[in-house]
Amino acid sequence: MRIKRRDFFAIASGCSASLLAPDLQARPSKEKIDFDSALGVLVDTAICIGCRKCEWGCNQANGLPEKDIKVYDDKSVFDRHRRPTDTEFTTVNKVDNEANPDKPFYLKVQCMHCNYPACVSACIVGAFEKTREGPVVYDAWKCMGCRYCMVACPFQIPAYEYSHAFDPQVRKCSFCMSRIRDGKKPGCVEACPNEALTFGKRADLIELAYERIAQHPERYVNHIYGLDEAGGTSWMYISGVDFAKTELPSLGSRPIPEITESIQHGIFKSFVPPLTLYGLLGLAMYITRENRDRKGEQDERT
Amino acid sequence: MSGHEIPMPIKVPYVTRGTRFLMIIAGLGILVYLYRMIVGLTVTNLDNQYPWGIWISIDVATGVALAAGGFTTAALAHIFHREKYHGIVRPALLTAMLGYTFVVIGLLADLGRYYNIWHPMLPSMWQGNSVLFEVGMCVMVYLGVLYIEFVPIATERFRGKVNLPGPLAILNRFVEGLLSIAEKTLDRFIFVFIIAGVVLSCLHQSSLGTLMVIAPTKMHPLWYTTISPLMFLLSAIAVGYPMVIFESLLASRSFKLKPEIDVLSSLAKYIPFFLGIYLGVKIIDLTIREAWPLLIDGSTESFMFMLELSLGAILPMILLSIEKVRNSAAGLFVSASLVIFGVILNRIDMFLVAYNPLYAEKAYFPSIFEITLTIGLVALLVLIYRAVVMIFPVIPHPSDVKQSLSGKPHENLVRAGRRE
Repeated sequence: MRIKRRDFFAIASGCSASLLAPDLQARPSKEKIDFDSALGVLVDTAICIGCRKCEWGCNQANGLPEKDIKVYDDKSVFDRHRRPTDTEFTTVNKVDNEANPDKPFYLKVQCMHCNYPACVSACIVGAFEKTREGPVVYDAWKCMGCRYCMVACPFQIPAYEYSHAFDPQVRKCSFCMSRIRDGKKPGCVEACPNEALTFGKRADLIELAYERIAQHPERYVNHIYGLDEAGGTSWMYISGVDFAKTELPSLGSRPIPEITESIQHGIFKSFVPPLTLYGLLGLAMYITRENRDRKGEQDERT
Repeated sequence: MSGHEIPMPIKVPYVTRGTRFLMIIAGLGILVYLYRMIVGLTVTNLDNQYPWGIWISIDVATGVALAAGGFTTAALAHIFHREKYHGIVRPALLTAMLGYTFVVIGLLADLGRYYNIWHPMLPSMWQGNSVLFEVGMCVMVYLGVLYIEFVPIATERFRGKVNLPGPLAILNRFVEGLLSIAEKTLDRFIFVFIIAGVVLSCLHQSSLGTLMVIAPTKMHPLWYTTISPLMFLLSAIAVGYPMVIFESLLASRSFKLKPEIDVLSSLAKYIPFFLGIYLGVKIIDLTIREAWPLLIDGSTESFMFMLELSLGAILPMILLSIEKVRNSAAGLFVSASLVIFGVILNRIDMFLVAYNPLYAEKAYFPSIFEITLTIGLVALLVLIYRAVVMIFPVIPHPSDVKQSLSGKPHENLVRAGRRE
């Protein structure tokens, strides 16, 4: 029994040592991206009138099925909270205004383009990428369709083409990456008639947000959503209603993939923990073999 | 060799009432599999809120856990040289080998772009931050290791007896040579693979537990812990021997062999010890995270959590601490089944029950297709297992003198004859 226990501890300590020694410095991306100069959008829900033209602009820019602009005048969709799908990358939802029920707020929902995206960290083949410009983009060619990105996303944004038998893709807002590279604005921003969406460098947007809050403290709550949430996002919101009352999730300021990445890098730090375990097991194998031989000899003698 | 019992192909009729029933179930599963390949994932009840269903939680996550008998018995018999347990290594190895093969088959059904499953092998797509990447790589390499570990069983069966049918007969000598080379090299280097198998298992068994750590806002706090990988490893180790006992007893019954109660009951002595460690870590974890109040809030989650721990861990731990239970086939079978039930439930809880997506409009329940495919694959696995143990020397059973005489010495004669 003594040996059994020792044997067990060899495995247990080897395995748990590799788990309990996490590399606390998470490394979310290969190269450092300057988030200040990366692009983003500031959504001002105090200005948004819920006209849904951004949805139309998005569908135009991305070649999504519903293109008829008249469809977007339908306000009955506000009866429920719609989530982005594989054919609608952005949706506008109504948020009740308790102070003034006649003047509800409208909240545009789309991919937040996180600074430390969980989808990028989760993806088994690196099909997602946080670009230097800011957008988080998806490469269907690499994707194997495991949908771990959908499990990982803290905003529950990626949608799947379940109805496609062949070549189904993960679909989500790409921040109109190709338009941005051509020097154009994203489809939704261009379609917004009220300038509720401001497109620009993240640092400038943060400054603008602070300015607006300072100028109209009666109109805004003092919170820029996306400034710190999950380590910061490219898309940010200011609003007249507490964000806890909207469908945007309450998130801390730590990047979502931080813990899993520290565990992973802890286990594989220069391959030391697995190799140590290998060595320990090899040693155990060697030692117990001697024991067996000796025991065998004894058996023969008796 | 462990005394009088040596592994030999089992000689029983393949088709029985039981196998016929399994064939129907497996056939239905295969039909659903083909249907899924034609029409896609619409056959499932998955949606944008619930991207993972039972094909991941049962076929993949539970499948990997229940195949843990492979590395735990290999560690016991080959690494720590408990010679007594040599007889159970081969059945456990076969279960692991088939188990992991079916994990991959199940995974292929779930992957939207299954034809890209090889992508993680391309260095240009390596993604060291991804937990899933590590799981995928380890499972892939371990699957290879398992097949390599099986090679000696194949060489033992066919070396000196290669007799290919018809025109293939000209290849006889070539295949014979291959087997001979494989036997000689593997005999010397098999230990490299055996240790590698255990290390790879520890790595991916634990990393499966890291998968959900990336979704802190969606996981129920009873299960969400940063030491989830340790829990997964400990529960996998704890379910290894119960799986061996469960299968061994089933196989003895099916093949009308006398169950090896003495070996199984001493193997069962380890189980309360492993379960105790698992429970201890669970208790410490719940205490540190101050999650105990959640256990009595009357929610479905709290019920499932208690069920998983009480029936799946505490009860079998108590049962197997009693010598009388360990020494009876029924006692062993019930206790082992409880541990297996507990681990299955834990994996389902972890990937489905504890997973609360932010904007779900309806709860996920598997479709009839998902259920049929999952059950069908299990039936198919059992059928293949039966075929393999009838062809290869996997399960040890008492040999009468005649058989053992016509076994080894005869083989040697043939070999000697060939060489001349």
